[in-house]
This record gives sequence, structure tokens and C-alpha cells, in this order.
Amino acid sequence: MQTGCEWLRGTGPDAEIVVSSRIRLARNLAQFPFISRADEPTRNDLEKLLYEKLQNLSAGPRLSYFDVRNLSDLDRQFLMERQLISKELADGEGARGVAVDQGQSVSVMINEEDHLRMQVVRSGFSLDECWKDIDQLDDDIEEDVTYAFGEDLGYLTACPTNVGTGIRVSVMLHLPALHMTKEIQKVLGALQKISLAVRGLYGEGSSASGQFFQVSNQITLGQSEQQIIDKLHEVVPNIISYERRVREALLKDNRAKLHDQISRATGILQKAQTISSEETMDLLSSVRLGVSLGMLDDLDLLSVNELFIHTQPAHLQKIRGETLDSGERNAARAAYLRSRLAEA
Amino acid sequence: MKKCRRCSKPATLHITEIHDSTVQKIHLCENCASEYLETSAPPDEDEMEALLEEAGLGDLGDEQDELTCPNCGITYREFRKQGRLGCPHDYVVFKERLIPLLENIHESTHHAGKFPKRAPDASHKQYELIKMRNDLRIAVEKEDYEAAAKLRDDIRQLEEQQSE
Repeated sequence: MQTGCEWLRGTGPDAEIVVSSRIRLARNLAQFPFISRADEPTRNDLEKLLYEKLQNLSAGPRLSYFDVRNLSDLDRQFLMERQLISKELADGEGARGVAVDQGQSVSVMINEEDHLRMQVVRSGFSLDECWKDIDQLDDDIEEDVTYAFGEDLGYLTACPTNVGTGIRVSVMLHLPALHMTKEIQKVLGALQKISLAVRGLYGEGSSASGQFFQVSNQITLGQSEQQIIDKLHEVVPNIISYERRVREALLKDNRAKLHDQISRATGILQKAQTISSEETMDLLSSVRLGVSLGMLDDLDLLSVNELFIHTQPAHLQKIRGETLDSGERNAARAAYLRSRLAEA
Repeated sequence: MKKCRRCSKPATLHITEIHDSTVQKIHLCENCASEYLETSAPPDEDEMEALLEEAGLGDLGDEQDELTCPNCGITYREFRKQGRLGCPHDYVVFKERLIPLLENIHESTHHAGKFPKRAPDASHKQYELIKMRNDLRIAVEKEDYEAAAKLRDDIRQLEEQQSE
């Protein structure tokens, strides 16, 4: 689990701006109540049934199962930082878990808000590949379970905001130049008008720290999965080219200032003795921009992407192999960054 | 024109936040919007209520509030409070109230996507199991172990039939 997170590779189309593409599907079994009305024995039955189903998929990847109910708080937070489970699953009650493939690009949560929440993540702008994989996984799981489905309303979900396709299509964008020039507000305003939602790195009410913005569909009913994906295919390239244009303009008009900012960020990360998570995210964002612009030759996108995740609290404690309080984490974070960026 | 939620300037940015399942509309002026995006706070708890309110479906204090799903036992009032339905059959039981809500959220009330390979009408029979599980839960709560044992057997039998 410490290694191999495929979506961090920093490869794939437009990977210098699109960190990752992600599609999730919400599904429920017809013969069970939704989770909020499921008592303990029912949750146990659900987990057992779905766990066995996932272990015996006729096709698709081999999945390892994590029994989230019996994990430590630290392990739950670790899985959250990897974006393999949601906060809702981590903080939930009773029988629940997640099945993850070797490359950590497929994860299936059991007993979250819905009985099943499956997701496929890819590095770069690769929604078609995500859809192909998750559509197949959905078919495989369905082979011998009956999903809650109505002809009129489609896949029935615990919350009416997900009913229909149960799909959320999202792309994680790194937009430092649009953020720096405040042009980002125009983008956000425009997205809102066409019913696309924007969140921070960790979804669910997280801030846009590190200048990461997650763009996703809000509407799940009345459009096909392909139409929803196509909408992002239509919109996201415009944001990408906007970010690129602003980057070029900054290079042209403010090259010295930009170079200074990126060099200072790298310098602090290489030398700091204690550093908060927030400051790290901000500075790494400048470093990531520097790598994308070819200003920092000794680093690649994979290393920077990894640093964003490895400097999160639970990852740091896992790497150190001990529990650390906030002050100790800041020192450990600085030490880790110094060691990783020594040669950069 | 709507006013900014944080100061009294006219709101220029209208943010719709969906946190997995709950929706919130936030109106902000340009300055506050920029600040908001830097430090977006967790959503308010009563978002589903706000959403229902918006669809004209707030606390109407009528008998529909007491409408109860015969399968999972949830009332419309409970749904309104927690924002989550109790079982798939609720979409039928609360249909009259849910349709305007869905129109408001999705601008549509008809599925246009993937169909499962299994015949969807088979699922109606499966709702029986939800009712039996709910009855079982109530029997256990009442410590009526005889009824509970019988229900457990019936559930197992029906499950076996359906998986054949």
C-alpha cells in the first residue's frame, strides 16, 4: 500500500494540468434497505454478500479487501489521503470496507452512503478509459446481484441527488496560473452556470489548497453516462488551454518574478526545519508549476505528485512508523521534504 | 439581485456546492468568493432541508409528513430531516413529493442512461425482503424471539429462491 499509486504517475494526456480523472458509480441491492435504515445484522449481511461477490468476480482485477470497521484511525486516514475511501466511510458505523486493486486505480466501498460506491481513477485526462473500466466492473458485479432500479428513475440511490445514473465524473485540475492571476473566478462562475461543481483536493467541503480544483457533474438524471462524460470533454479542454495561455503570458511578461517564486518555494522546502501541511501544499504547487514549465530539471511530475500525498499527516506517520502530534509532524514533514528534495 | 452572504455587496458569484449528496446554493460577491474558495468550509447540516425548501417542499405540516413506507418504515418527515431515503421503494411511496425535488436538482425526471442486464421488474419482488428485514428488526426490539426466528427462516428461504 505504501507504493504504487497509478494515478499519481504524472503521465497520460495533459498530465501537467489534469492530475487525475475519476468516475464513480453508486449502486444499491434491491433486496436490502439503504444504509441509513439498515440495522447491524443487515449491514453484516450486506458486507458479507458484497465481499464474497468482489472476491469472485469473473473478470477484472484482483481486489484486496480492507475491513474499515476494524482499522485504526490512522489507517483510515491513510486510505482517505490516498482517496481510496471517503470521509463518510472512514467516520461511519458498523460493517463496512473497501476493496482495492494492486495499482490503486480501482476501489469499491461497501456500506458507505449506498451499498456500493465503485470508482476508477487514472492519471491525466483519461475519462474514456475510466468509463470503460468502471462500466465493465459494474457489469461484472451485477452478474449475480439485482440492483435497485426503476425504469423511470434508473439506479435508485439513498440520496435523490445521485439517482438515475448514480455517476460522478470528475477531473482534478492543477491551476496555479489561473489562481495567481485571479482569472480562476471567471472559470468558476462559468462552470457554475453549466451545472458543474468545483471542490478542493479532498472533495467534501475541502478547500482548494495547493491550487487543485476538482470539476465534476452535478446532474445524474435525464442524461446518459456518455452525455455527462462528453460535457466534461467539452469543458475541461477550455480550462486547460486557459491555464496554458495564462502560464505563457506569465512567462512572457513576468518571467523573472515567476522564476523567483518557484526558486524560493523550492528553497524553503529544501531547507525548512518545520513546516505545516498548508504551507507545504502552497509551496509544492509552485514547484509543480516549475516542473511543468521546465524550470526545475531535476524533478518530475511523479515525484511532486507523490510529495503532495506523502506529506499528508497519516502518510508521514506511516513513513516514520510512529504516532506524531501536530508539532512533531511539522518537523517530520520538513525532514522528509529535505531528504526528498536534496538533489533537486 | 441577491446580496452576498458574507457582506452586503451585490452577489456576483452563485456557487452550487454538492457534497456527495447534499446541495447548497451560496451567493457571494467577488471578494468574498475568492476568500471562500481558499477556505471552503464544510457544508451546513440542513442542506437537504434547504433544497426541499427551494422546491417548495419544506415543512408543509400536512398529513404527507406522516406518510410511511410499508417496507422500510421511514416517514416522509424522517427523510426531510436526514436527507436520505430508507429503501428503494421510497421512490414510489414519496413519488408525489420527490418528483418536484428531482426536477429542481436534475431538471429531469427520466433516466436516460445505462440499464442493468437483469429485468428491473424482478426487483419489485425483492422489496418483500426489505419489509421482512424491517419486521425482523421490530420483532427483535420487542423481544418477540418466536416471530424473529420465523422471520429469519422466511428471509433465508426467500433469498435462496431468488438466487436460484
